[in-house]
Amino acid sequence: MRNEMPAIGAEARRRRGAVVLRALAKRYANFAAVDGIDLELAAGEFVTLLGPSGSGKTTTLMMVAGFTPPSEGDILLEGRSVAALAPERRNIGVVFQNYALFPHMSVEQNVGFPLRMRNQPSRTIAEKVAGALRLVRLEGLGGRMPKQLSGGQQQRVAFARALVFDPDLLLMDEPLGALDKNLREQMQFELKRLHAELGVTILYVTHDQEEALTMSDRIALMNGGRIVQLGTAEDLYERPNSRFVAEFIGESNVIEGRLEDGAGFVAVGGARFPAPCQKAGDPTLMVVRPEKFSLAPPGTPGIPGVVAGLVYVGDFTRYLVDVEGGLRLIVKVQNRRTADRARDGERVALRLDPADARLLNA
Amino acid sequence: MAAIPGRRFPRPWRSGEGLLVLPALLFYLAVYLYPLSRIAAWSLFERGFTLKFYRELLDEPMYFRALGNTLEISFLSTALCLLLGYPLAYLMATTSARARSALMVLVLIPFWTSILVRTFAWMVILGNNGMVNRTLMALGLTGAPVKLLFNMLGVQIGMVHVLLPFMVFPLFAVMSGIDPNILRVARSLGAAPRRAFRHVFLPLSLPGIAAGCVLVFLLAVGFYVTPALLGGPGQITLATMIEMQINTFLNWGFAASLGIVLLLVVGGIFAAFSTLLGIGRLTGEA
Ligand SMILES: Nc1ncnc2c1ncn2[C@@H]1O[C@H](COP(=O)(O)OP(=O)(O)OP(=O)(O)O)[C@@H](O)[C@H]1O
Ligand SMILES: [Mg+2]
Repeated sequence: MRNEMPAIGAEARRRRGAVVLRALAKRYANFAAVDGIDLELAAGEFVTLLGPSGSGKTTTLMMVAGFTPPSEGDILLEGRSVAALAPERRNIGVVFQNYALFPHMSVEQNVGFPLRMRNQPSRTIAEKVAGALRLVRLEGLGGRMPKQLSGGQQQRVAFARALVFDPDLLLMDEPLGALDKNLREQMQFELKRLHAELGVTILYVTHDQEEALTMSDRIALMNGGRIVQLGTAEDLYERPNSRFVAEFIGESNVIEGRLEDGAGFVAVGGARFPAPCQKAGDPTLMVVRPEKFSLAPPGTPGIPGVVAGLVYVGDFTRYLVDVEGGLRLIVKVQNRRTADRARDGERVALRLDPADARLLNA
Repeated sequence: MAAIPGRRFPRPWRSGEGLLVLPALLFYLAVYLYPLSRIAAWSLFERGFTLKFYRELLDEPMYFRALGNTLEISFLSTALCLLLGYPLAYLMATTSARARSALMVLVLIPFWTSILVRTFAWMVILGNNGMVNRTLMALGLTGAPVKLLFNMLGVQIGMVHVLLPFMVFPLFAVMSGIDPNILRVARSLGAAPRRAFRHVFLPLSLPGIAAGCVLVFLLAVGFYVTPALLGGPGQITLATMIEMQINTFLNWGFAASLGIVLLLVVGGIFAAFSTLLGIGRLTGEA
């Protein structure tokens, strides 16, 4: 495709690789693995597909890469439809969780593979391979075989190999899933650095929500083959559009009840919560993140409750607070002052800013 | 697969490892090494130490021809099995689970009949008056029967039929261990299907090729029934010679020397191959 490419990692380059998924679907005999997805990635954007196991993340990625033919819909790369193109003609880099390095090739040969397949002259290949290995901080290991490398090093080789041919788009399916926690955090950081340095568009898959929240420009939360909410980490956390999103991302108190004129949101058991809007009507669910509550002495304004249990977690304490009608709420309070802390069995009042509560239709 | 550092399977204990090999070792000593040493002794002693059997053997070009025939038949069978078996194993390794088990059964079915029965069956099928020739003549493709028996063609048909599974299974085992993601990655990195095959799949299947070829070749060298029944004068093998020396001439010492020569030649070929390719390839430790 593109034969003249700038040496990798040299300087920031023009952003490109806008992607559009249009009504993309993959149906098997009696079951839709992906059930009509619409998603647009701006050039240079980092978008994560997040979702529970079996929600269709890998299938989506496989269709974009060209390994699985879509049943319906279209895939546009830089405005051109690539749905009919073979994988080798899409100019898309792919990184898998199990690295998928070529075990019979050295690190250099692995990284040089896409360039050899593009019939580039060997001097160019040597230069670009060296550049890519520098970029992922693997200088000096070019002669090793993949099995002589640690997991993290193998993953870096996979990154270098997927980046060296200057792809329009990088697809990653749980690339850090096989690494231990420390290494994973370090590699997340590295990946963000690579993304910032190269400006390549990334479509990333993970089922680790923390990873999704910290790394992505935007997150597409998937469930049952559909995107249930698309937005920034803040959108998904602060403004979940459904019970599923509220419960999947972080912790939530999901309270059933209804809006009543002048009384706010009245939970099924009778407890009253301040509500962000006064109009009685449709919403039947209220979502409150545990840290939005604060604790106040009993008798002061707030929702009366009793501490039913607590866990001290260092910088904050998690309380379980029972309110009227047997409703049990999770409350997270920063341990800023010892005086703020409540004891087990103590009566408290829960304060909540109505702007921090979110109303949903069930 | 690539993620596993070191291939050693952890075992809960390490001491006395040698004991694990003991049963197999005893068995081999009893049924293989002991008889082999007796055969070696027969070839070297007749009322005292003698090299006369080997001298006889060197003096008679007939035996060289038989050795040549044996190797020719074996190499050809190995090559044909590889040619037929590789695509088949590839299909088995890459197709759906159901198609795979169907193919597996088809490959295994020939094992349900004895070699002798199968060889006689080929004689019936391939003979001048057999099914193949009658069909060819009925279709008017040929006026006179085609010679399908008592030549190299007949021997190869019979041998490949018997040996094919021994090629297919090692190939299949290695191929089905190749990570499909590796092939996907190769495609996405710019390799069209053929180049992905040549640069990635083929090299990764080499241990299977080596194992299958060694297995088929070794079995082919020792084949007796099929070349003897389906072959002609040009396909007289060392195995046939050995049988003749024993059953017709009761010349055990000479038969033994032929056996030892065959063993040494095959051992030499194997040694040459493993130094050429690296012993790792042949044992799958690529
Ligand atoms: N070839 C297939 N035939 C039938 N169903 C399939 C096939 N491939 C995948 N599926 C189904 O499609 C659904 C989505 O699978 P997919 O691999 O995309 O999930 P995922 O979101 O990547 O999950 P995970 O987080 O576990 O990797 C699953 O229910 C899976 O069983
Ligand atoms: Mg997956």
